[in-house]
Amino acid sequence: MARPLSGARLRAAALTLPLLAFVAVTFMAPLGSMLVRSFYEPHVADALPQTLESLRAWDGSSVPDENTFRILATELRLLDQQRKLGGVATRINRLEGGMRSAIMDTARALRDAEPDSWREAMTAADPAWGTEEAWRAVRRAGERYTMRHYLNALDLDRDPSGNIVAQSPERRIYLPLLLRTLGVSLAITVICLILGYPVAYLIANASPGRSNLLLLLVLVPFWTSLLVRTTSWIVLLQNQGVVNDLLVAVGVIGDDGRLALVYNMVGTLVAMTQVLLPFMILPLYAVMRSISPTYLRAASSLGATFPQGFVRVYWPQSLPGVAAGSLLVFILSIGYYITPALVGGRTGQLISNMIAYHMQESLNWGLAAALGVILLVTVMSLYLVYNRLVGIERMRLS
Amino acid sequence: MMGNRGDWRVLARNQERVLFAVFVTALAVGTSGCGSEGITVVSWGGSYEAAARKALFEPFTAETGIAVHVESYNGGLAQIRAQVETGNVHWDVVDLEFADAVKGCDEGLLELIDIDELPPAPDGTPARDDYFEGTYSECGGGMVYYSTAYAYNRESFPGERPSTIEDFFDLAKFPGRRGMRRVPLVNLEMALMADGVPTEEVYAVLSTSEGVDRAFRKLDTIKAEVVWWEAGAQPPQMLADQEVVMSTAYNGRIFNAQVLEGQPFTIVWDGQLLDYGQAAIVAGTPRLEAAKQFLMFASRVESIAEIGRYIAYSPTRRSGMSLISTHAETGVEMRPHMPSAPENLTRALRNDAVWWTNHAEELTERFSAWLAR
Amino acid sequence: MRHAAASFEFSERVGRAVHLAVCGAVLVFLVAPMLVVIPLSFNAEPYFTFTEGMLRLDSDAYSLRWYRGVIEDAEWRLALVNSIVIGIAATAIATTLGVLAALGLANPAMPGRGFVTSLLISPMVTPIIISAAGMFFFYSKLGIAQTHLGVILAHAVFGTPFVVISVTATLVGFDHNLVKAGASLGGGPFLVFRRIQLPLIAPGVISGALFAFAASFDEVVAVLFLGGLQQRTVPRQMWTGIREEISPEILAVATFLVMLALILLGTVEWLRGRASTRPGNAD
Repeated sequence: MARPLSGARLRAAALTLPLLAFVAVTFMAPLGSMLVRSFYEPHVADALPQTLESLRAWDGSSVPDENTFRILATELRLLDQQRKLGGVATRINRLEGGMRSAIMDTARALRDAEPDSWREAMTAADPAWGTEEAWRAVRRAGERYTMRHYLNALDLDRDPSGNIVAQSPERRIYLPLLLRTLGVSLAITVICLILGYPVAYLIANASPGRSNLLLLLVLVPFWTSLLVRTTSWIVLLQNQGVVNDLLVAVGVIGDDGRLALVYNMVGTLVAMTQVLLPFMILPLYAVMRSISPTYLRAASSLGATFPQGFVRVYWPQSLPGVAAGSLLVFILSIGYYITPALVGGRTGQLISNMIAYHMQESLNWGLAAALGVILLVTVMSLYLVYNRLVGIERMRLS
Repeated sequence: MMGNRGDWRVLARNQERVLFAVFVTALAVGTSGCGSEGITVVSWGGSYEAAARKALFEPFTAETGIAVHVESYNGGLAQIRAQVETGNVHWDVVDLEFADAVKGCDEGLLELIDIDELPPAPDGTPARDDYFEGTYSECGGGMVYYSTAYAYNRESFPGERPSTIEDFFDLAKFPGRRGMRRVPLVNLEMALMADGVPTEEVYAVLSTSEGVDRAFRKLDTIKAEVVWWEAGAQPPQMLADQEVVMSTAYNGRIFNAQVLEGQPFTIVWDGQLLDYGQAAIVAGTPRLEAAKQFLMFASRVESIAEIGRYIAYSPTRRSGMSLISTHAETGVEMRPHMPSAPENLTRALRNDAVWWTNHAEELTERFSAWLAR
Repeated sequence: MRHAAASFEFSERVGRAVHLAVCGAVLVFLVAPMLVVIPLSFNAEPYFTFTEGMLRLDSDAYSLRWYRGVIEDAEWRLALVNSIVIGIAATAIATTLGVLAALGLANPAMPGRGFVTSLLISPMVTPIIISAAGMFFFYSKLGIAQTHLGVILAHAVFGTPFVVISVTATLVGFDHNLVKAGASLGGGPFLVFRRIQLPLIAPGVISGALFAFAASFDEVVAVLFLGGLQQRTVPRQMWTGIREEISPEILAVATFLVMLALILLGTVEWLRGRASTRPGNAD
């Protein structure tokens, strides 16, 4: 009896293997490579091996010796010749402002120089070399395995003695952004629940024909391209858009008092709520459909008013749907990128947009990866909760 | 019921076959790299790209038979660096802002081009002497001058109209939203000029941290009313839609909206930044020869001057100045609209590319932190 | 007592009216934005709002110029071809792998089902920017960034959860003794699959495939990170259009996409209707 069973187990498992392998290669491995980038940064370590070796013995309390200056000068010159200096300088500059120009100017000044004192020549090219901060930046940028992207992503930094301290106030942007993202997601979840609950109730308690028709109305936006829906919101909400035109025509606002409804947080909130609303309505509906209306009727026949009956009898039974819908909407909204990017303007951006910025514009891939890992861990923990609570198998698409 | 199931089976069987066929073709398409002959040239979208198409890309293809695929971007070195660092070069030639060309050249992101390789002027003057002071780098020569100035829609100002850079920063006198490019470059300089810094001292002031603070403080005064743009085509659109009452913009885009669409726009030639673009080859392109051919073609004085027949940008080569003529489509005299016209230069600042090469990184970081708050 | 009942009835009636009004407003909020683009796509003027002529239903205020513009534009045509090729290829991969996996997952003997399922569904809940960024790093290393293949693989893996979910749903309540019976009658596994399981899951397969196709047809972030000029898709073109030069051409494309959505939705609903009337399938 044991063998055929294990055969069946094997057969079942074998059927899932191709997809598991496919997901592993095309999806998990990419996530893995991003994880690696968040703490592994070999660029500077590979470019300045001897300098870093020489700095290993340095105590960090005073400027290093002449020999270290000479080694760094030699390596900088070599990188300059190979036209690889810019990338190294940029990375060191991320740890200490001003280092990029210090390094580039120094390399230029030293191109054909054979000075007696490298220390003097380098500090003449840029006085930064006379400070410990510059050298500490070089040493830290040379760490092959580093936690600094995570520190950076949490608005933390290391002070000269290596203690973890808060980032200077004007550079503190990631934690507030993360909190803003969570706040916005929560707000959207609550709004979706408030808007979605009555609709789900209506659909669940309508006659079959009507309920099908209403469901279709909910599903149409679900199937429509996200870009189309976002475009629609721009058309509706922009300064000269339909909503403002309507308000002006009705006389609610004057022509010069048009409301800023898009390219800000309002735009992000409105568009994301509309986009995510079906994800709230559908799970709510699925649960409500199984709640028998006789409970409410029983409550009313016992003299309870509708609100009383609702709060005591119906709401508790619909809680599984509330939890499923809310978690789903919350999970989806913290990772949202497209809608805030298109309608969020400056103030309506979320953490994903910052990741995209570091991926595509600042090219601080290590930081983008660290922010990505933090976001991913948040989403995955919520996903596990969802899985426990709702069961992913019961996720329905229509 | 049985009939239905039969249908399903037929459908399913055929579907398998169709899907298999599609799968195989798709893989074939995917792995063949899509047979993209020719080179990819990256430009700035909108009317400038349209001008480059007519003045450079189409004549180049006609002369050499090499197809030009045009891609648009909004400046910066990020995409080039990403391609070079991941070993995935699919852009061949990029039209860069000069500061980026110098920086990209420094960092080995662009192919080195000896200035003496570039085509001489029609009268035989070597390229080295024909280019204006400092308009070439180790990676190629400049193409055209352009200005980033601010412009407004006359319909937004029935009464008094803005006329100075101070007006752009004066919300009390001229209320309404402003468009600005989402980069620190140009904006910081304009902020300082509007704050009373003489043009010749702007970069000296900006080199101190107090100067940078001062520029950001000035930007703070209008921050709430700024709509940030990225693509050069956005400002004319935002002005036309009256999404903003005034916006910084590339002068050529405003010119084209004026002459081609008859838009009631006015450029304020005060406190603007004069800059030039440069075409350069991305390091490590597998299509180096064709890319070089294109670069040589695009560096010819005739080619550069031809751009100025479609958009108000003037040549970076001395021999090109006499070739400035009329707009190809409307016959408008181009000279008064050029960013290099003396009457437009009464209070203009020339963008210091070398300064930006050294400071772009920090200021961009600070700028984006400032934006995010 | 009677008084209380009457007031209950009255408040219930008011409550119901309020409820209906709220639901109506929410449904308008859901659906109206998509309907608004349709008339605007016929605007003769390059504006994003209703002109006076349009409100008067003046036929001169309407035109097909933006549709013509899209059809005549080589970039849009390439984008459409790319979207279709990538969409179909990604759907084919997702459907093949997804159906196999769903059959395995539906088997009561499947070991570690919960864990495997959540693993297979994870591409759907992972924030798209993270997946795309990781793929950018990894696919570049493999040399398949900037190729159709890279985009197809990305879209395929995004599509698989849809197939797994909808096929698994049709297999809920499936009696696995049928498979054993089929096998004991001498049917090979493939024959058993074709004769017994496929007819049953076919609606799920097709709606899963349609979902996967729709997901690919709407996907823009992976294309932004993995696609070059030759891999431009319709959403990618729209993305640039929305960010940079909003032209009513986008509204024309948007109208087309709304129609496509209605067709896909109609098909899926029709399939669902057929599937739920089938015996032996507990929906």
